[in-house]
Amino acid sequence: MIDTLIDIVQLAFLAITAVAIIRIRSLFAVIMLFGIFSLLSAGLFVIMDASDVAFTEAAVGAGISTVLMLATLAITKNLEEKRPSHRPWLPLIVVMVMGAALVYGTVDIPSFGDPEAPVHKHVAPRYLEQGEEETGVPNIVTAVLASYRGFDTMGEVAVILTAGMGVMLLLGGRAARGKNDGDVR
Amino acid sequence: MDFVLGHYNYWIVILVMMTGFYTVISRGNLIKKIAGLNIFQTSVFLLYISIGNVKGGTEPIIADGFAVYSNPVPHVLILTAIVVGVATTALGLALVVRIRDAYGTIEEDDIHAQDQSL
Amino acid sequence: MKHNLILRVVSKFLIPVIILFALYVQFHGDYGPGGGFQAGVIFSAAFILYTLVFGLAAAELVLPRRLLRHLASLGVLIYAGTGVVTMLKGGNFLEYGVLASTPVAGQHLGILVIELGVGITVSSVMLLIFFTFAGYGKS
Repeated sequence: MIDTLIDIVQLAFLAITAVAIIRIRSLFAVIMLFGIFSLLSAGLFVIMDASDVAFTEAAVGAGISTVLMLATLAITKNLEEKRPSHRPWLPLIVVMVMGAALVYGTVDIPSFGDPEAPVHKHVAPRYLEQGEEETGVPNIVTAVLASYRGFDTMGEVAVILTAGMGVMLLLGGRAARGKNDGDVR
Repeated sequence: MDFVLGHYNYWIVILVMMTGFYTVISRGNLIKKIAGLNIFQTSVFLLYISIGNVKGGTEPIIADGFAVYSNPVPHVLILTAIVVGVATTALGLALVVRIRDAYGTIEEDDIHAQDQSL
Repeated sequence: MKHNLILRVVSKFLIPVIILFALYVQFHGDYGPGGGFQAGVIFSAAFILYTLVFGLAAAELVLPRRLLRHLASLGVLIYAGTGVVTMLKGGNFLEYGVLASTPVAGQHLGILVIELGVGITVSSVMLLIFFTFAGYGKS
């Protein structure tokens, strides 16, 4: 009962923060609200028993993403969004149609927390039962990430390295140092 | 009532997802677009993790005294997705900085106007 | 930052604690929540705090960009290198069971080594990205 209440309150705060990010025009406030949003979703992950994911989301979303957006704001020095020139009716209609289609799709999903859902049937029980004796590691998420699905993690590390290289190529060259007078083309 | 209690989680997550999507397609400021994209991604992660949750279970770390664990496979998937998401955000923000240098503005309407006046 | 005395004193106390926590998360990823990614991000957060309080020039004296570039590639090399070592020892690519005397010990060792590689790469890449953003536009 108290679990459900905490869940509802956190989800409500999440929705309010998301709506506030659309409406507020000061970019500094938008970035701060984005940090709050990441922290709230990390709290939701803890409620849903996903501690590894909550750890990563809090560190990465509320830490690195927010800091990088603030750095971008400091470089571009554009502190307020321009007032939109036309009423956005078409995006609103598109978003409502897509939301309705998604809600129609969730009617078939098993209830939240159902232990008989098909997702718990195939390979997950095997990982949970034999993971510790096959790999010697009690944290099943680390065991799956590093041992059973080791290829995916290697690809992920390569993606991170590529992103670092991309940022260095875009922003780190000789043209970037001291030549930001708007005339690089 | 049981149906609502079992599904309200998904509906609020879909609301947040659509909010993020609306920010991407209707606002012209590039930094706000990237923030909306991140909101969209995070709500997708919430949807996945709530599918893997088991009522009465605990985290998938084997310990004495617990018999029911949550499903670890969505957790692994979302861990990878979060880190790839931050890589994409970093690249997107670097592109925003270069666009600002080339056009002098980060509002989409002004950028289109400058492109069309060439 | 002469007038931010509180920030300087508090961060001098906090930064070693954050680095220690990052090392704890890295090596206890087997027994509790944690692992390579979280540890790498927390480690880079400590140095980002140092950069914010003491300036980019001071931070680049501690961790020059050349070293970070080498470390980033070293992490991926450790990861892929473990796979090649297992192939040289007769198993398949990334089959950790052949690394030690028993399959379970080999798995544990393999998981430790690749999480180390992941942690090194993630922390150096996050720091590189932040230094690149922070140093943009200054010569």
